[in-house]
Amino acid sequence: MTSGLGAVAYCGFCGKASAEADHSACASRLGVIDPPRFCAECARRMVVQVTPAGWTATCSRHGEITSAR
Amino acid sequence: MTAAPEQVDVLGVAREQVLEQGVGLSEEQVLEVLRLPDERIPELLELAHAVRMRWCGPEVEVEGIVSLKTGGCPEDCHFCSQSGQFPSPVRSAWLDIPGLVRAARQTAETGASEFCIVAAVRGPDKRLLSQVRDGIKAIREDGNDIQIACSLGMLTQEQVDELVDMGVHRYNHNLETARSHFPNVVTTHSWEERWDTLKMIRTAGMEVCCGGIIGMGETLEQRAEFAVQLAELEPDEVPLNFLIPNPGTPYENYPVVEGPEALRTVGAFRLALPRTILRFAGGRELTFGDLGAKQGMLGGVNAIIVGNYLTNLGRPAQQDLDMLTELSMPIKELSKTL
Ligand code: SF4
Ligand SMILES: [Zn+2]
Ligand SMILES: [Zn+2]
Repeated sequence: MTSGLGAVAYCGFCGKASAEADHSACASRLGVIDPPRFCAECARRMVVQVTPAGWTATCSRHGEITSAR
Repeated sequence: MTAAPEQVDVLGVAREQVLEQGVGLSEEQVLEVLRLPDERIPELLELAHAVRMRWCGPEVEVEGIVSLKTGGCPEDCHFCSQSGQFPSPVRSAWLDIPGLVRAARQTAETGASEFCIVAAVRGPDKRLLSQVRDGIKAIREDGNDIQIACSLGMLTQEQVDELVDMGVHRYNHNLETARSHFPNVVTTHSWEERWDTLKMIRTAGMEVCCGGIIGMGETLEQRAEFAVQLAELEPDEVPLNFLIPNPGTPYENYPVVEGPEALRTVGAFRLALPRTILRFAGGRELTFGDLGAKQGMLGGVNAIIVGNYLTNLGRPAQQDLDMLTELSMPIKELSKTL
C-alpha cells in the first residue's frame, strides 16, 4: 500500500475519524505539545519516540513519519 | 511590636528574610504568598528575581532531556501518560544507543550543560543500567563532554553506587507533590520510598534534582507544604512542572493551571528556595504561552529545558535561546558546572 498523501482519515491526537467528531481541542495540542499518537490512515496507535529536536512515529502497517525539525 | 497587622506584609518580610539573609520562607509565609491578589504578582516576581540574582546569579542552566525507555511503567502515577495502568495512547518504546548519542549531541549543540537520560520504570533493572552505561560511554566516545543526569526511578544502594561509578553527576527523582497529597496521586509506592532514594543519592555525592507537578488537585496549603518539604531536602535543582492533562490518565480532564496562578507559584517557590536551581520544566507552553516563559525567567526561574520533553513537545530550542539573549541572561557554561 502506498500512503495516500493528504488523506487524513483519523485524528493523530485522539484517533477518532476526522469527519466524525470535533477535533478543535485536539488541534490545539497536536504538533504544539503532542506528537501524533494515532496513524492518520488507519488509527493504529503508533510507537512514538520524542527526542530533544524532533520525533518519529511508526505505524506497524504504514511505516514511519517524522517531525520536520 | 507596634506595627498594625496590615503593615506586616509578607513580601516586605521576604525582602529582609529571603533577599537580605537568604533564609527561605516558612510554610505559613509561602501560603500567604500563594494567596496574594493578582495585582501583586509583578511585585512578587520582581522580588523573586532579585532573590535569584542575589543568591544564584544571572546565569541560566540550559538542559536537554530524553526518554530512553518510554511507556509501559507498572506504577500508577495519575498524571503520567507512561503508566501501563491507564488506557493512554503512549506505547512502549526503547531508544537505541545511536539515537541516544544523537539526542545528547543535539542537546550539546544548543549550548546546554546538562543532558538527562530518563526511563519510565519503578526502578532500573540490570538491562536498563547496562543500557545507560553503554549509552554514557558512547556519548563520551562521540566527543561530547556534556554533564549527564539520570532519572530511572527508585534505587537501591548498589544501583546508586553503580551510577556514581558511571560518572552520573546528578539524579532526578521527583517527590511530585506534598506528602499529604501523594497518596491521592500514586498508590503503587509511597512518598517515603521516594524520599529514601533521594537521601541515598545525596549521601553518595550526586547532585539531587527533585521537584514536582503543580495542578494535580492539591490545595494551596498543600502547595505551600510541598515547597517547604522540598526546602528541607535542600535539592540542588527543583524542576517545576505544570500538569499537562494527558488523554487516558485519571487527570485527563483536569484544568490547566492558569498563567497568574502559575506565576505566583513560581515566585513563591523561589522565595522558599533562594539558592536552588529552579527549573521550568513541562507544561509551561500550555500554561504560559510564549509570554509567560519570559515572565517566569524574570520571576525567579534560572534553568530551562530546551527542545522537547519525554513524550510532549516543547517549543524549538532556538526560541528559548533567543529569549535568554534578549533577557541578557548568560547560559551557564559547562566548565562552571564542573
Ligand atoms: S514511576 Fe514515573 S514513568 Fe512510572 S507512572 Fe510514575 S511518573 Fe510515570
Ligand atoms: Zn481528535
Ligand atoms: Zn497506519
